Amino acid sequence: MCKNALTEEKFRELDAYVASLPERKGALIAVLHKAQEIFGYLPEEVQLHVARLLDLPAANVYGVVSFYSFFAEEPRGDHVINVCMGTACFVRGAEIILKELEADLGIKAGQTTPDGLFSIDALRCVGACGLAPVVMVDGKVYGRVKPGEISSIIKEFMEV
Amino acid sequence: MGIKSLDELKSLRDKLKTDINIRASGEIDSNIRVVVGMATCGIAAGARPVFTAMVDEARMLELGNVTFVQSGCMGACHSEPTVEVRFPGLEPILYGNVTAEAGREIVRRHVRNGELVQNLIIGRPFETV
Amino acid sequence: MSTYRMHLLVCGGTGCQASDSRQLADNLQAQVLMAGMGKEVQVVTTGCFGFCEKGPIVKVLPDNIFYVEVKPADAEEIVSEHVLKGRPVNRLLYVEPGMKERIAEHREMPFYKKQLRIALRNCGFIDPEDINEYISVDGYQALGKVLTEMTPDALLVLMKKSGLRGRGGGGFPTGLKWEAAARNKSDKKYIICNADEGDPGAFMDRSILEGDPHSVLEAMAIAGYATGADCGYIYIRAEYPLAIHRLVIAIGQARQAGLLGENILGTGFSFDIEIKYGAGAFVCGEETALIHSIEGERGEPTNKPPFPAESGLWEKPTCVNNVETFANVPPIILNGPEWFSSIGSEKSKGTKVFALAGKVNNVGLVEVPMGIKLREIIFDIGGGIKDGKKFKSVQTGGPSGGCIPAEHLDTPIDYENLTRIGSMMGSGGMIVLDEDDCMVNVAKFYLEFTCDESCGKCTPCRVGNKRLHEILTRITEGKGTMKDLDNLKELGGIIKDTALCGLGQTSPNPVLSTMKYFWDEYVAHVVDKRCPAGVCTALLSYYVLPDNCIGCTACRRVCPVSCISGEVKKVHEIDQTKCIKCGACQKACKFGAIVRK
Ligand SMILES: Cc1cc2nc3c(=O)[nH]c(=O)nc-3n(C[C@H](O)[C@H](O)[C@H](O)COP(=O)(O)O)c2cc1C
Ligand code: SF4
Ligand code: SF4
Ligand code: FES
Repeated sequence: MCKNALTEEKFRELDAYVASLPERKGALIAVLHKAQEIFGYLPEEVQLHVARLLDLPAANVYGVVSFYSFFAEEPRGDHVINVCMGTACFVRGAEIILKELEADLGIKAGQTTPDGLFSIDALRCVGACGLAPVVMVDGKVYGRVKPGEISSIIKEFMEV
Repeated sequence: MGIKSLDELKSLRDKLKTDINIRASGEIDSNIRVVVGMATCGIAAGARPVFTAMVDEARMLELGNVTFVQSGCMGACHSEPTVEVRFPGLEPILYGNVTAEAGREIVRRHVRNGELVQNLIIGRPFETV
Repeated sequence: MSTYRMHLLVCGGTGCQASDSRQLADNLQAQVLMAGMGKEVQVVTTGCFGFCEKGPIVKVLPDNIFYVEVKPADAEEIVSEHVLKGRPVNRLLYVEPGMKERIAEHREMPFYKKQLRIALRNCGFIDPEDINEYISVDGYQALGKVLTEMTPDALLVLMKKSGLRGRGGGGFPTGLKWEAAARNKSDKKYIICNADEGDPGAFMDRSILEGDPHSVLEAMAIAGYATGADCGYIYIRAEYPLAIHRLVIAIGQARQAGLLGENILGTGFSFDIEIKYGAGAFVCGEETALIHSIEGERGEPTNKPPFPAESGLWEKPTCVNNVETFANVPPIILNGPEWFSSIGSEKSKGTKVFALAGKVNNVGLVEVPMGIKLREIIFDIGGGIKDGKKFKSVQTGGPSGGCIPAEHLDTPIDYENLTRIGSMMGSGGMIVLDEDDCMVNVAKFYLEFTCDESCGKCTPCRVGNKRLHEILTRITEGKGTMKDLDNLKELGGIIKDTALCGLGQTSPNPVLSTMKYFWDEYVAHVVDKRCPAGVCTALLSYYVLPDNCIGCTACRRVCPVSCISGEVKKVHEIDQTKCIKCGACQKACKFGAIVRK
């Protein structure tokens, strides 16, 4: 991957953030959160950069990135569809919603469509259990989703 | 502006409490309190547009005697969004499954005319310390 | 300004409508008009009051009088006596079974007293983004009181006396935990608030942080004073953006008001709080793992002892408490330990917040005194099972808990009782299951969760749970044997005994409890290759009965994966290889032409 001006700028933003920290001890996870916010995901290059910034072995950084499910090592689609697989949603039919979505987009949970438009993620409880089953697209919550409704939700995002 | 002692904290509390009591006895303008449940579940169920619609309706009707408050979860997730209307000295009334349009109706009928809105009131079955 | 002086609220919930509440509302309206009071008295139909058993219900405002089992014919008396003459109709008031007194005010009714809010006292009433609202409801008074009137030792005595136990799952006495941290000498100590809330389907802590963040900040400072710590961390899931947003505001306001930071209220006591973000790992809710995560490491648990109270964050004495535990502290200090310990059961004091979800009518947050029965929560507060289905089981304690069957619905809830019947208090998730839920599939769901979330440090949990999950998968696919059932039990026992941390030590509970209480269902899957609840998709399929199918195309149009073919007025057919078994076609067919086998 070649660094163009844009990513150069992103790296500088990350450097500035690290420089602003009062203390580097224990800051790894916070820095990774910031890096993911800036880059969208955490490719090897970014992980190495963070290791150098914090003066940590790269293996440590990789160990932490791979441990926490919040950190992604692959780029995500333009729209991330999160299907809640928490217990409340599960007992109200989330499994069927997920299967339908997978069939609709032709990918499995955790994958991204070849055109890079959609990713599907199975998530644990977004905290809107009263509206179960819940699907969240780019942070927008759809509650009480019924089988058959999923395709119209996706269509909303295809047109944009 | 820091509070420098417990006494100062106590007098601040008493002052804030009397503010509310003045509101409650209707001596100053702002005497009706409308609380919209705005926790994650409420917002997911559409509480934000309800809140804006209600504030907007009150502005259009030029109602000066009402305060809108966004609050946390009242526990009635099955009926979100929820809106509570408190008239000074009266039992609070809790509405459930409120839409933006219903929110406007609550402002028009209940807040302005003291008339309860049909079919939307739900029970509030708990005690608070 | 208000034109009406009186309101008659008639419950129009499903239950009350079934017992003629609509006619009652019409009659009341007619009586009011006849009395010429149409402009003064409003009749209002409402949603469910959650007291369907005694419906129809009429509530009179502002008198706050509550009538039960009101018949349409009673309308006249209510209007002529109560509305016109101001005399409540005695015979329609509620009588508590076993008591003689009639109860007029609904607030006095035991049913409404089932819920008591201590931890949630301010949620839904104050504006969480305005510190003045918290101060106006006695906020930070408890902190002021301990700083000016009590020594740390006296505070520890008070906390122990209150009987408060940790609400994060384990139920360890909070006073003792604070004392342990206080006794350990050190130049630096920490208070940590555990807001990781990993149990999927539970949202108590999130609601407290979103609705009343200052109560947690105040209690952390109090814990700091008790233990001699001056620094606090809140470890919160990154998936809770709104809670984080409100915490950030609250901390900023508290600092500005001088209620956090140096020399609080001029007493010389200093305490400050910082937020640390989780990154989506359930095991980080375990306190040693959480501490490693704050240190910026992988969140793997370590052996206890040493307990965090001796050697925790950066090897300093550390006190980790749950959000709800903290939220209970200020009222305990203001109302006294005797008040708190008068609520609840013998060994479990106070209240517990539960996130009631699943197949129950009134999904939501409830806070109830310890010792209440499961039945009261599910049927009285929760309004019973959705769509009139049959109750099957209630799951408490999340992935560490178990499934409780109908026979134990009358068990009073406290830490010990729930453990005794094979489940756990846990953090407060309560998922209600009905006849349409397959218990084997539910157990498999939790195992899948544990497998995903096991940190992998110790073998019983990393490998053992995988094996359990494989066996369960086999069973739900109809490939299980009776030997598999024996293996499940034996392996489950071994994992419980040998895993390193609480995650592995409790992960077999969902399997073991469902095997104990729903053995027949396991046998049906294994021997008859049948899923009695009709959930396990590998064990069922949908077919069109050619004789009943008139070719209306209704099923074809609803199928979400378009796997039904057929032309108008011709018999339709389901492509079994594509069918995801959602059952939509069966619901859509008006001719009973689609069957599940
Ligand atoms: C796997 C696992 C997950 C846990 N998750 C949480 C959690 O999400 N929130 C929590 O407060 N406690 C959790 N705990 C309990 C904590 O380890 C700890 O006991 C608790 O935070 C102590 O606070 P308390 O005494 O106030 O309950 C978990 C424990 C285990 C073993
Ligand atoms: S029991 Fe599981 S989660 Fe706990 S230390 Fe072992 S592998 Fe990790
Ligand atoms: S069960 Fe669902 S997926 Fe299968 S044929 Fe019927 S509608 Fe289609
Ligand atoms: S389980 Fe889906 S929102 Fe909680």
